[in-house]
Formats: sequence, structure tokens, C-alpha cells
Amino acid sequence: MECASFRDQWNATFILAEEDHTLANALRFTLNQDPQVIFCGYSIPHPSDAQVNVRVQTTEKVARDVLKDAGQHLMLRCQHIRGTFDKAVDNFRTKNPPDDHPSQNMDSD
Amino acid sequence: MSDFDSEAMADAGVENPKLPPHLELRRTRVLCKADAPTSTDTVQYSGAYASLGVDNSLRFDDFRNNFRVQVNRISHEDMEFDMVGVDPSIANALRRILLAELPTMAIEKVLIANNTSVVQDEVLAHRLGLIPIKVDPRLFDYLSENDTSNEKNTIVFKLHVRCAERGQRLTATSNELTWLPKGSELLKTSESLTSTSKPETYTSFTCSQDSMPEFAGNPISVYPDIIIAKLGFGQEIELEAHAVKGVGKTHAKWSPVATCWYRMLPEVVLTEEIEGKKAELLKQKCPANVFEIEDLADGRKRATVARPRACTLCRECIRDGDDWEKRVSLRRVKDHFIFTIESTGALPPEVLFTEAVKILEDKCERVISDLS
Repeated sequence: MECASFRDQWNATFILAEEDHTLANALRFTLNQDPQVIFCGYSIPHPSDAQVNVRVQTTEKVARDVLKDAGQHLMLRCQHIRGTFDKAVDNFRTKNPPDDHPSQNMDSD
Repeated sequence: MSDFDSEAMADAGVENPKLPPHLELRRTRVLCKADAPTSTDTVQYSGAYASLGVDNSLRFDDFRNNFRVQVNRISHEDMEFDMVGVDPSIANALRRILLAELPTMAIEKVLIANNTSVVQDEVLAHRLGLIPIKVDPRLFDYLSENDTSNEKNTIVFKLHVRCAERGQRLTATSNELTWLPKGSELLKTSESLTSTSKPETYTSFTCSQDSMPEFAGNPISVYPDIIIAKLGFGQEIELEAHAVKGVGKTHAKWSPVATCWYRMLPEVVLTEEIEGKKAELLKQKCPANVFEIEDLADGRKRATVARPRACTLCRECIRDGDDWEKRVSLRRVKDHFIFTIESTGALPPEVLFTEAVKILEDKCERVISDLS
């Protein structure tokens, strides 16, 4: 990842290669939830290039660390979503036992 | 400016005062008015309500307490569940990953030995590509440009059909695609003719795929009964199809879902009592049958919202004049998603979703490791 910060470490633009709205928008959300962040936004300079620029401006912590925190947060959230989802599916299965699942043999894990 | 914000945040950290109801409504609901929906955006910035002393940042503990998932329907090919307490940006990321970034196997290369049918080679190849293959893509590797096709990255199918009966027509379906666990059977003709070595085929499998524990007694099949071509008398198709691993953003044939979507939970609120004739009218106006009439003890009839989930937000109920818009308030809950996944058959829908979340986690991890 390239980091372009011309003036100081608290105002930086990060270039994420091979990424699109999928990650950038979720990251922007987590960054905006951080009280350290004054401003955060992202742009895709050209639709043909798989690249996003994420702009982060912060108060105390340097932008780099704040972005890292945001990644960590998003990951924690994902893990929680996965855990809750798996539990909900198990719950549903025990309450409604499957009567016919012809392709359940596909369910490898 | 920034100092002020962080101070306000620190103060609000202990006990977070509630937003006034009109702001809370706009923060959590999309309001669907007769002409257009309003407050459609989500307020993401943590300091958005700093001047009111309200902290808008979401702490992980709060997220953990509020987030819930409820499964409504699940089968081997589709599922519907409610995901509550998550921002649209994350729900949308998961939807996008399900559509475009989860790998499956699909036919990528078709070696046509003979095709005398009316379906042209390229059309035939395209049709074959779109046939879902029922195999767990996690058992395979990607085939990169310099790789040779081997048993870890390629699945080979054979199709040989011929209409032999005069006056008859033969429909070739996907059932006729037979899996070749030992790899390609077509010989490379050009330069290898002179050499004495073993004749080369278009793949180089070191072992038969059906000897692998994953596929022993569990042959790879494709989605059945899909029509590939119709053959007239004497017409013949003989080909070999090579399936490789790929993702939906390269080509939709690799998308593991038929489609995948979410909608926000509709909320219908009657802001005043609607009785008698008006109640009847309201019930009759709604094509989705959201409203019901309730008999009160004193013989009056009152409209109630019986099935808010059925609401399609057609806004038929608030169309006739301003007074209806005042009586009925149509909203959508911004953090409640009714998520539907329709699998094409490679993996069951619940596995697809967990895999999608894992991919988002991987993306985060890449960001973290890049910055470390």
C-alpha cells in the first residue's frame, strides 16, 4: 500500500491497490466512527483502475495508526458477524430439523 | 475545531444522552414520503451530534450487544435472514463479495472436436460456461497464466452426443456432460507426433481426481437438466470442457449466487386513529395487504398494521392528498436488513455467507499487514 502524506502524518491519503467500494466504503464507515478522525473519505480515480484513494485526517494519533485500527475494528466486527450468523443458523436448524436436503452432501466442512 | 470535538467526545463517553426524537427518527429511519424518500443517508461521522453532546461513534461493545441475526428460511439453494444492527456499508460489502468475489468453478475452455449442430461453437462454449458445477471450489487452486492444467486446478468434462435416428430430434442437456477424473482425453497433434514419448493431452494430471479422498464416491456433477443444444438427424457434438476456478468480477459465470440482495425492514406507523369508512378505504388501497380492520368493544372499526413486512413501499396508501400522508407514515429501518441469498448450487447459502465474511476479514488483514 502506498501512503501519500505531503504535509504531515495526521493528514494522509492511502492508495489501496486491487480494491474497490467493497472494502473502501466499509473502511470509511469504521474510520468515521473513530472519534480521532476529523475527516475521512475515499475516491476511485478512474473506474478502469482497480485502485482506491482513502483520505484520512486525524487529531492525535497519526493517520497510519488510525487506519490500522479501523482495519482491526472492521475485522473484529466481521468475526462477530460470522459467529452470530453461524449460531443463528444452528439455532434455526435445531428448531426446524431439515426434512429433505437432497444436496446436503455438498455441505463440506 | 478538532480540540473541541475530542473534548466533547471525552465528555460524552461516560453517559451518552439521547438524541431528541425528531433527530433520532431521521438517524435511524428512511422516511418515505409521497414524492420522495427523505433522510436516506446514514450519519457516519462520530462527531455529527457533538454540539448536542451526543456521541455518534459506535463502540464495539455496543455493536456486540445490538447485533443479531435471525434466520427466516433456509434450504439447500436459498436462504433469507434478518441482520440487525449493522451499517449499510458492511451489509453492502458482504453483498458485493457474494456476487463478485467468492470463487467457484466454471467452464472456461472448450475444446471442440466436432460440432455439426446449428449452435455455433462460440455460442455453445458460452452456454457451457454458464452451467453451475456442483463442487466445492475451496478444494481447488486458481490456474494462473504459466500453470499447466493439473488435477488441483482443472475439472474436465466430456460431451459427446449425436442424433442417430431419422426424423427425430435430440435434446442435449447438462446431464450428458461426463466428468473425466483422469483429465483430458484429447491428444495434442501438432509437434508431438514425431516424438516417441507418451502422447500429450491438454492436461497433465499426476493422479486421477476420483482417487482423491474429497471425490472418492462423490463424483463431480453439474446442475442437471439444463438444455445445451438441440440436434437434428445426423448432427453431432463432441467436445471437452475444462472448468477452472474464478471469481464473479471476471465473469458472471463464476458468481456463486443466482442473485443476492437485501432490503431494509419496512415500518408502517399510523400517526392517528383511522376508523370506520377511512379504515376500510385504507385496507382496500393497499395492494400488499398490510392493513387489517380491528373491531373495538364499542362497535367501532379501527385500522391496524397487521403485516408491515409485506409493505413494498408502493406508497399507494398515501397517494390521495396530503391528509393521508399525515395519517400514515411509511419508513424503513436503516440498520435492519432482510438479506436473501440464492445459491447456484456449488455451496449451500449459509456457507457462502460465512465465506463472504471471511473474505472481508482477509481484506482487512491485508490492510493491517500493509501498514505494519
